[in-house]
Amino acid sequence: MKSDITIDCIGLYCPMPIVNTTRQMKNMQPGQVLEVVADDEGIKLDMPNWAKMTGNEFLGIEETGGKYHVFVRKA
Amino acid sequence: MVEKEKMTLILFSGEMDKVLAAFNIALGGATSGMDVTIFFTFWGLNVIKRNEGSIKSKGIMRNMLNFMNRGGSKRLPLSKFHMMGMGKSMMLGLMKDINFPQVDELMRTAKELGVKFMACTTTMGMMGIGKDAFITEVDSYAGVATYVAEARRSSINLFI
Repeated sequence: MKSDITIDCIGLYCPMPIVNTTRQMKNMQPGQVLEVVADDEGIKLDMPNWAKMTGNEFLGIEETGGKYHVFVRKA
Repeated sequence: MVEKEKMTLILFSGEMDKVLAAFNIALGGATSGMDVTIFFTFWGLNVIKRNEGSIKSKGIMRNMLNFMNRGGSKRLPLSKFHMMGMGKSMMLGLMKDINFPQVDELMRTAKELGVKFMACTTTMGMMGIGKDAFITEVDSYAGVATYVAEARRSSINLFI
């Protein structure tokens, strides 16, 4: 999946990947796609739930070698 | 304008582990677009006390209490296995291992995301401490009516 901006959350646990996502989203334009790379499994459920609450669009997760690439489109 | 969903937390405890949990939840609310207020009362007031300088109070009893209960975000004990600070150092080491922020950093992040800090004036009166005991990030000083006014419109309300 293609993204406009990627943030590295490897080694971070809840709530930091979501905090960093929130911070990054504030600097993005509607329609842009953010890719969050994380290795805490919590992100698999946290990101779709966060997207639902904030009205952003959860696009999916790609899992490779213990890393989760999570994609969200800014509303 | 539509009013945002609200979250209110009563932080009664002044122990690091419970405080970490409280701020974790507060950040979860704030990042999800909720209006979050933390009402600091009783031992919870220790979280928002200044780390620097001495804190003045009146009378022998209150001075003794404030000496034993100095507070400040860097001085909070653990609720379990504190072991005169040894357990806490170890816990801080474990947190560092997983890049988990300490209380003061979580507090800064909470303020950055708009979390409001409210201090309980009854506890302040009982413990004989004034506003000068606290960090400048405290938004308001109030009692139970103000807390209830916030909490009754909250969809999430926790006592920690």
